[in-house]
Amino acid sequence: MNDFIAARSQMAISLGFHIIYSCIGMVMPVFMAVSHYKWIKTGNPVYKNITQAWSKGVAIFFATGAVSGTILSFELGLLWPKFMEHAGPIFGMPFSLEGVAFFIEAIALGFFLYGWNKFNKWFHWCTGIIVGVSGIASGILVVSANSWMNNPSGFDFVNGQYLNIDPIKAMFNGSWFSEALHMTIAAFSATGFAVAGIHALMIYRKRNIVFHTQAFKIAIIFGAVAAIIQPFSGDLSAKNAVKRQPAKLAAMEAYFHTQPYSPIVIGGIPDTASKKVKYGIEIPGLLSFLVNDNFKQEVNGLDKIPTKNQPPIAITHLAFDLMISIGSVMMLVGILYFVALWKKRSWLSKKWFLNLFILSTPFGFIAVEAGWTVTEVGRQPWIIQGIMRTSEAVTPMPGIHYTFYLFTAIYFTLSIAVIFLLSRQIKMVPELYDRKT
Amino acid sequence: MLYIVIAFLFFSILLYFLLGGADFGAGIIELFTSADNKSRTRKTMYQAMGPIWEANHMWLIIAVVIMFVGFPLIYGAMCTYLHIPLLIMLLGITARGTAFSFRNYDAIKGETTQNFYNHIFVYSSFVTPLFLGIIAGSVVSRQIDIHATTFLSAYIFNWLNWFSVTVGLFTVALSGYLAAVYLIGEADDDNDARRFIRKAWQMNIAAVIFGGFVFFVADLENIQLVHWIFGNPVSLIAVIAASISLALLWLMIYNGKRKIIRIFAAFQVTMVLLSVGYTHFPNLVMVKGGQNLSLLAHHAPETTINDLGLALIIGSFLILPSLFYLYYSFQKKEEII
Repeated sequence: MNDFIAARSQMAISLGFHIIYSCIGMVMPVFMAVSHYKWIKTGNPVYKNITQAWSKGVAIFFATGAVSGTILSFELGLLWPKFMEHAGPIFGMPFSLEGVAFFIEAIALGFFLYGWNKFNKWFHWCTGIIVGVSGIASGILVVSANSWMNNPSGFDFVNGQYLNIDPIKAMFNGSWFSEALHMTIAAFSATGFAVAGIHALMIYRKRNIVFHTQAFKIAIIFGAVAAIIQPFSGDLSAKNAVKRQPAKLAAMEAYFHTQPYSPIVIGGIPDTASKKVKYGIEIPGLLSFLVNDNFKQEVNGLDKIPTKNQPPIAITHLAFDLMISIGSVMMLVGILYFVALWKKRSWLSKKWFLNLFILSTPFGFIAVEAGWTVTEVGRQPWIIQGIMRTSEAVTPMPGIHYTFYLFTAIYFTLSIAVIFLLSRQIKMVPELYDRKT
Repeated sequence: MLYIVIAFLFFSILLYFLLGGADFGAGIIELFTSADNKSRTRKTMYQAMGPIWEANHMWLIIAVVIMFVGFPLIYGAMCTYLHIPLLIMLLGITARGTAFSFRNYDAIKGETTQNFYNHIFVYSSFVTPLFLGIIAGSVVSRQIDIHATTFLSAYIFNWLNWFSVTVGLFTVALSGYLAAVYLIGEADDDNDARRFIRKAWQMNIAAVIFGGFVFFVADLENIQLVHWIFGNPVSLIAVIAASISLALLWLMIYNGKRKIIRIFAAFQVTMVLLSVGYTHFPNLVMVKGGQNLSLLAHHAPETTINDLGLALIIGSFLILPSLFYLYYSFQKKEEII
């Protein structure tokens, strides 16, 4: 493995794990605050138990997310020093604010986790809310920094020099809103489905049914609403890609030849040599319609982009299709939940219904990973779209493949540890919370 | 605004040394505590640190962000040439943070698993400040060689050298000392307090010994440490002030004071950092062959510095009061001074 590929893989692994820890770390506090609110309002101890049980999950994920975030803030420099030398002053604004938000989150979490029976109950509740709000703010800020790499703005690039830097303009670049919105909704739907899935499994196994049913309900309402509105934000993101990253959009759709009635290809294996997609299902005109709102007007294809500026097409296309198909399934499952809630209450305790949610547990995170792959691989070969190539940014230090193996091992170990700890927390639910109820 | 940003940078580095350092120190204390007393030490530590330890480590993030936004060239150089020690420090931070959290949030407190977390926690608490010190030692002593031609001289010997390593050990001793002094005030009973006083004493001696070694090695390797510290009035006064406050600290401990002494310990470490920082200012990284990376020369463009400074000022209005309230809420209240 050469050092450049190793550096990219190490970054991919780090972000791939961090995105899971941080999604859960930013969304769980919101769930927690909802059940905490219900406890204060109703006095029903089940809600207190759910809040405390979830808060342990939050603590575990926060600790893991905090260290993996620390690793990442260093990795940006360790792996891509040339990138950071130039980009740091331009896109650093969201990072500085994120540092502040993250700090506040850590302080609020200290109050929340250790503040039971110590403070006024509404003050205590507010600290939980602050954990959630500052977590979401951190997420939005980090994604805004990423969106700048897709849509660099707030400076003039003259003869290799970065001039007239305006960090605020860079932060509010044209892509930040659509990207931040898409990621935030994704975090809610992925975490909602994952948490709901685990509680569904416990209901299925008839363990502490009251506890798990209430927990399931809070999580799935967030997850289902997010999954249902996600396609609209996806449309916004795709239209944004057309304008600013035509190569990424063309790769997502494996759309080689510019033509009127531009088609969408579902699935299939893109072959860059023959510029064809094998075994894909082609729907003529749909791409034109989604991009331009009419079926005829052509969309620019990969043939308009020099080969050396094209991203890896097969990975981008398949990741995109994976994200879309899982997203669609989640949307349907989400709709089904509301149908059950409003019209067919008997479904809620049916085995097939629970099975559906158990099966959906990992879906959201698979979609998150796939979407992340689309945005990152789809930007290649650029680290700053159209300005700096990823290969120009990499560290001169040799031997990066060793650190790649090392970090891969670390992230797998951490994830196994987290799963181990969560399963023990879940296993102990009867002992820890039953007597109190 | 540049000076405000620099002030924030030094402030966060200092606080990371003090608060993060004391956190690491607690692990070091645990490492050097006899098996019989380990569980009591852990209990005190958990009560004292549980709510605040995550916040303590945020100072590192703030410092890193200031570095890469405000001083990207210096950050880039450090990341390139000190890749390996930074990486080991990161491993330490990761292992330590997760082990500390995991041992409290493992729902089943089994002996084997708890022992496993404890081991990871104590060793990584030792490794992290060691490498923090190694990095500090090598940036101030012209070890980074940007013209190096071999892998070893470019990426290894700039941190794996006697001077950097002794500075690393000195940092470990200081961290342990900070933690021990802090824990004296958090102890549940006199027995525990006496144990922490003994630890503080041992760590103090270790710091003096390693400090002496630092001077000795500096002399062997022709590093002008003596000149840095005794060659200008500010550094000299800082060192003298540190020594006086050290004497006062022990006087107070023997007079039964347990809370206020932590301010003295923090003051001493601040003075040590001040004396080294002042003599080099505005240079942050000293490169082999005479070139220096200066905070006043190698900074980001004006607009970035202004926006960064503004963000930091606004941020500190949000962070500092809540942080103080956090510390205030979770410290032992019986005896304030």
